[in-house]
Amino acid sequence: MTQYRVLPGPEAYFTPSAARMGIVLPEPGEAHIEGTIVPEEKAMEYAARKLLDAKNPTLHPGPLVLWNWNEKAAKKAKAIKILAETIPARIIPMPDYRPKYPKINPDVEINPNHPNLTIWHNKEDVCLFVGVHCHQANLSLKIIRGGTNCFTIAMCAQAGHEDAMLSFRDATADKILRLAEWVSKLKGARFIRPAEEVTEDDRHSDNVFAKLADGGG
Amino acid sequence: MANELSEVQRSLIGKQNKKGQTYTDPHYLFFEAPRTPAFFTGSEVIKEAIRRASVDVMVAYPITPQSEAAALIGELYAEGYVADYMRGENEFAVMSQCAGAAFGGARVFTTTAGPGTMRAFENFPMWVGARLPIQVIVTCRGINSPLSIQPDTLEIYFLLGTGMLIWHAETAQDFFDWILQAYIVAEQPDVHLPIAVCCDGFFVTHTKDTVMLTPPDMCLPPYDPYRSPVPCMDMETPPVRMMRDPFVMKSNYISYMTHASWQEETRGACERSRKHTIPMIGGLIETENVDAEILIVASGTAVSQGREAIRLLEDEGMRVGLVKIKSLRPFPFEEIREATKHAKHIFVPEFNVIGWLAQEIRAAVPDNHRVIAGPHVAGGMTMPAEVIAEEIQKTLGRHVTSLAGRGS
Repeated sequence: MTQYRVLPGPEAYFTPSAARMGIVLPEPGEAHIEGTIVPEEKAMEYAARKLLDAKNPTLHPGPLVLWNWNEKAAKKAKAIKILAETIPARIIPMPDYRPKYPKINPDVEINPNHPNLTIWHNKEDVCLFVGVHCHQANLSLKIIRGGTNCFTIAMCAQAGHEDAMLSFRDATADKILRLAEWVSKLKGARFIRPAEEVTEDDRHSDNVFAKLADGGG
Repeated sequence: MANELSEVQRSLIGKQNKKGQTYTDPHYLFFEAPRTPAFFTGSEVIKEAIRRASVDVMVAYPITPQSEAAALIGELYAEGYVADYMRGENEFAVMSQCAGAAFGGARVFTTTAGPGTMRAFENFPMWVGARLPIQVIVTCRGINSPLSIQPDTLEIYFLLGTGMLIWHAETAQDFFDWILQAYIVAEQPDVHLPIAVCCDGFFVTHTKDTVMLTPPDMCLPPYDPYRSPVPCMDMETPPVRMMRDPFVMKSNYISYMTHASWQEETRGACERSRKHTIPMIGGLIETENVDAEILIVASGTAVSQGREAIRLLEDEGMRVGLVKIKSLRPFPFEEIREATKHAKHIFVPEFNVIGWLAQEIRAAVPDNHRVIAGPHVAGGMTMPAEVIAEEIQKTLGRHVTSLAGRGS
């Protein structure tokens, strides 16, 4: 059992991967807070409180939710907007992963190769990553932990991120809305969920890949 | 295992591919499906595993002792079990072409050996950095000059630092099971790394063994590239601008930090593979009688020779335990520390001149003066069980008749 905790930095000149320090990812239905596995609902409350207590809470949506490339992405994007309005939090996107020189404009974007610039510039004390490919999210989260004191939250659609101080896994639009609901609850406000819209496209949204069943393998 | 398949992969379970094979839940395929015995060489076993692996692309190039396996996969292509198959110009080209196919979202397979591994080498850490879950079979052979085609595991030493997952098969059965299981572990979104499934050339590839095969009409669900931790290079799925660029090419602190974090992340991904690998291959190690004061710790066919040596020593009234290391990356540090905690002497027989496994074990265990690096053979020499037994007896101060002295 590791004694290592994933805490706000600045941690180190050379930030270690939390996975190499012995932090393990949560199983479905769980999340982690600073490396400790907890039930997802507990992490929801903790994340909501962190976002509410922050001076400059910021959401960093990535390419997986910035483009309307299937219905799930569109639903998540709408949920993120609702979350941002509920907190309220600023949205600064990570539109792509290309290194940009001489430097990015930290008012309008965050980049995985130097995310600290955006965190510093906007004095972000709590941020949430969502819709960023896992490798790029982990890259960013390590650099942020290394060089800033920002508390990082990951709303990951896959297995989660040990390099965030708090991470959810298997993120869906519904899970993002649940976080917004928790924020409302802690504020003592009423939260109204958007009406569900199920379209024909929605049912087939991930079926790009199913074509392989006919030809590949 | 958590979240083993994506939603799309799960939706394909029970459906058939164009060869009439049924996409089968991997857990059922590996642990519950009926098995039938077959008497095959290791090369034939590679073919049978790939028949069931839903491989999209195989790139081949001849080099002994993997040439037969590479040619047999060509037969699978001709039969329609592998979607695409080509010969590279050399091993460097092969591994580069594998990268191209994997960048494009294909499940990729290749095989190599010895000097071929070395010639291809630049690509292995590149595969890791690009998070490409390619599977390469390494049928180890000599890499030294003068040229040797004989079994020798020195090339694994070089692979250890690449960041790839590395498993070392003892038998053809390991090989059959692990080739299929390797894809499931390597393609997990939190792992998503290339994997080298290694064996000792000739000893495994060219000898026949009874192998329990899963039904040929069951196969793995295909790879789902949309779970990749980096964007899949799919020209039909916007935004195409997400394609991976050349990395940061500047000389400043933050570009160094980016590269450092990138490397940390890929090593972290290797660590994450533990929880997927352990249930898949039954632990990173296997042990027998580890309460004994004398242990043999080995990987590959040195394990088989160790088993025989243990039998010989039992006849002499000596009790010796065995630790079989299955995964070299991730390395089973904790498992080895636990397994060796009672041992006074830890012998590490190896088929290479430098004793890389002994180095790894020395780094893993306390009181590492207990680790005896040997016996070693190299250059294709066999390692008779008697040689291992003799090394153990000599170290313990027992009088033995040397095998090397026989016939003099």
